[in-house]
Amino acid sequence: MNGTTTCVEAVHYYLEQIEANRHLNAFVEVFSAEAVESARYLDNLRSREGMTGKLHGVVIGIKDVISFKGHKLSASSRILEGFTAIYNASAVQYLLDEGAIIIGRQNCDEFAMGSSNENSAYGNVLNAADTSRVPGGSSGGSAVAVQAGLCMVSLGSDTGGSVRQPADFCGILGLKPSYGRISRYGLIAYASSFDQIGIFGINVDDIARVLEVMSGADEFDSTVNDAPVPSAAALNKPDEGIYKLAYFKESLEHPGLDPEIKASFEAFVKRLTAEGHTVEAVDFELLDYVVPTYYILTTAEASSNLSRYDGVKFGHRSGTAGDDLSVFYKQNRSEGFGKEVKRRIMLGTFVLSAGYYDAYYTKAQQVRQLLSQKTQAIFSQYNAILSPTVPSPAFRFGEKSNDPIEMFLADIYTVFANLVGIPGISLPLFKHSNGMPFGMQVMTSQMDEVTLLRLSKRLMHVNGAE
Amino acid sequence: MSHISDKYEAVIGLEVHAQLATHSKLFCGDATTFGAAPNTQVSPITLGHPGTLPKTNKKAVEYAIKMGLACNCEIEQYNYFARKNYFYPDLPKGYQVSQHTTPICKGGYVTIKTGEETRNVQLNRIHLEEDAGKSIHDIDDQFTCVDYNRAGVPLIEIVTEPDLHSADEAYQYVTEVRRLVRWLNVCDGNMEEGSLRCDANVSIRLKGETKLGTKVEVKNLNSIRNVKKAIEYEIERMIALVEAGGTVKQQTRSFDAGNDTTFAIRDKEEANDYRYFAEPDLAPFHLSDTLISGIRESLPALPVALLAKYQTELGLSEYDAAQLCAEKETAHYYNQVLQHTQLYKAAANFINGPVKQYLNENKLGFEQFTVSPTQLAALLQLVEDGKVNFSVASSRILPAMIAAPEQDALQIATDMNLLQVSDTSELEQWVNIALESMPDKVTEYKKGKKGLIGLFVGEVKKLSKGKADPKLVTTLIQEKLK
Repeated sequence: MNGTTTCVEAVHYYLEQIEANRHLNAFVEVFSAEAVESARYLDNLRSREGMTGKLHGVVIGIKDVISFKGHKLSASSRILEGFTAIYNASAVQYLLDEGAIIIGRQNCDEFAMGSSNENSAYGNVLNAADTSRVPGGSSGGSAVAVQAGLCMVSLGSDTGGSVRQPADFCGILGLKPSYGRISRYGLIAYASSFDQIGIFGINVDDIARVLEVMSGADEFDSTVNDAPVPSAAALNKPDEGIYKLAYFKESLEHPGLDPEIKASFEAFVKRLTAEGHTVEAVDFELLDYVVPTYYILTTAEASSNLSRYDGVKFGHRSGTAGDDLSVFYKQNRSEGFGKEVKRRIMLGTFVLSAGYYDAYYTKAQQVRQLLSQKTQAIFSQYNAILSPTVPSPAFRFGEKSNDPIEMFLADIYTVFANLVGIPGISLPLFKHSNGMPFGMQVMTSQMDEVTLLRLSKRLMHVNGAE
Repeated sequence: MSHISDKYEAVIGLEVHAQLATHSKLFCGDATTFGAAPNTQVSPITLGHPGTLPKTNKKAVEYAIKMGLACNCEIEQYNYFARKNYFYPDLPKGYQVSQHTTPICKGGYVTIKTGEETRNVQLNRIHLEEDAGKSIHDIDDQFTCVDYNRAGVPLIEIVTEPDLHSADEAYQYVTEVRRLVRWLNVCDGNMEEGSLRCDANVSIRLKGETKLGTKVEVKNLNSIRNVKKAIEYEIERMIALVEAGGTVKQQTRSFDAGNDTTFAIRDKEEANDYRYFAEPDLAPFHLSDTLISGIRESLPALPVALLAKYQTELGLSEYDAAQLCAEKETAHYYNQVLQHTQLYKAAANFINGPVKQYLNENKLGFEQFTVSPTQLAALLQLVEDGKVNFSVASSRILPAMIAAPEQDALQIATDMNLLQVSDTSELEQWVNIALESMPDKVTEYKKGKKGLIGLFVGEVKKLSKGKADPKLVTTLIQEKLK
């Protein structure tokens, strides 16, 4: 992102890389001709007027859950087979307005549900660091595209860790902004009160520039927060500050935590302390509740959000439906949705059902409320919360796919930020003895991406990575 | 005479859906024009395309508050929408965005009059929600077609407590609700086009019983008459059923206007579990005191208040007052005329009489009436001053004023030579001619048949082409024949 080559050269470079890495299965569709054409247009524009857009020539891939007008949009699901988006997501529009080039749409878990990218109608995405291992999910294709250098930046979506977890598995940076930071208009909904578009990159500055462009109030999404947009320029000022940081005692005591990850985390904390920062363990007795709370609330919302995929107006329609309306719906949806999506629709329908509603949905809402209060209390005393991003490094294909609970529990450190709406980032700071990279997660208070990104830059330097 | 039906009491609750008269939909900018070609008012938001989100139409919220204030409701200041989940082809998202536990208006009442009695029908709530599209089953042999133009049109649902007890009360209630929505301009109240729709919950119980009986919900009542007919039928059906030893089943029924009966469409066991939860795509919204009091102040005077005012302050009869308040436009015009005259009763008579007659004959509304309130007041003054008589004013001058609204009443009367003559010498000439033309009658009069005076006055009227002031003529004749 330094502007020394032409856009056409850059696009050709990435198209070659994509071609050479087809086996990773990161992209489900590459917009080759269109990307070259945009690049040519931008080069001409540059020769006439200079670089006008904030993202002039930045080559970006988008997860296949983000609407790009005139292009197919499938959420990696059979149910949207053949569906073409007829409008631009607000975030995509903002990127295009600033001269970004969208090079293709990226593979993911169906409807963004999954932690390994094993739930895609387009097949698995391979981790470029070890192709026998998963890239993480649900934004697996987007993470691998950045990891393998197939584009400069990717957009993913993060409902419970779907950007941070694959960033951790792939050894890159992955940001989930605050809830309400980026318009969700045009992002296929999984769980509306959790979803955010997230950004994958190889350094903090790239992420900050893309974040700035996509952020801010939007007339199509009334849940966007009107707080000031985090300026990428804020990161240029030298940061000499001393930070007060917290981590949850229970996070490190968690039985599922890989001992090597725990040791790396503790060693890192020591180095931070040595540099003069304060790092303290705080009690967080609610940790065991975050995964159940997350799965109750997200599946409840998903069961409703996915009702529109019924085969009436668009998407897959069964050839064998017959005359009965309820058979028609059942056939369309049974054939169109994959196993994990069906599991979550059923779970969500169950927790909202009369007779179970209070025990599950209402209770989970109360826990979410408690978590928010607790979080505010912590941020009244600390600048940020640190934690491992994932309890274990990237696993092998098939290793967890028969045990949904074990898969769900891998989200223990990431779902928290979505439950309370705060921003979180995974920083690629560590390497496991098995050769796989893994990261550390940093979270700040809601709408404080500036502190998050400034601190991230500092932490990257602590490890000498940036 | 005692009747079986006297043993029972009907308990009725009504749900009235009113489409709000906003230009755009509840959650997006699509137009809401009735009768547009199918599926021409459908953006990706209306169609529920992947990734679309709602955004609340402030005007619709304001209209709901207006109706709430007019119905004496408490306005909920902390509001959020809820999703009502169910599958149907005309429901694009698979859920309807509605309000569930926190309706925007709570409680309240609507005042109705049945016979001599006036009473307040208690409301449970008024809430905002979006309309669904329309399934059309009869234009294709094989398929049901769906028109999504209506999907997302804002509705308010006005829900009563089970506080009505006869088909007649229900009839009066819906009539009053229709008048109110029209009065406030929040809905056109057109039941044929479906802008106003009504579902009735009907049950019966033995008189004196306090527990509610099993209810039946009757849907698709698309005229006020049908509301009445459906309820009448249901009450009779239930009483007959119970009298024959049966029990009422909880059902949803539909009304058949072809024979004024109802038929079951589903039983309670098939009822949906709608799995309501707070709509996460819309932030909760707060209504400030300032906003609510601003809307309160902007409300027009309501029919109930005007009815009382016309009778107590202006001395109108109940009938005249009710006529003026039947429609907002009439009352509004009358109020404007009052700004220019104190002839309250004459104004009421003239508006309820010749003006309404003219409008009805020409199928016009008050908004199309060209004579300004000032002009009408001037015409009433001419009548009052004896310069023209009522019949000339209504049959000759009014049409002339309608045709030439820029001219004033006196000018028109003068130009058309319609001013009453009160010059005695001119009148005397007509009197003389009249009396000379019927000497026999004069003789009879003089012999005591005083009733003939009307005949003489009439003759003078004819001779003067209506211009002779009848009071003066009467006096003149009386004196002459003394």
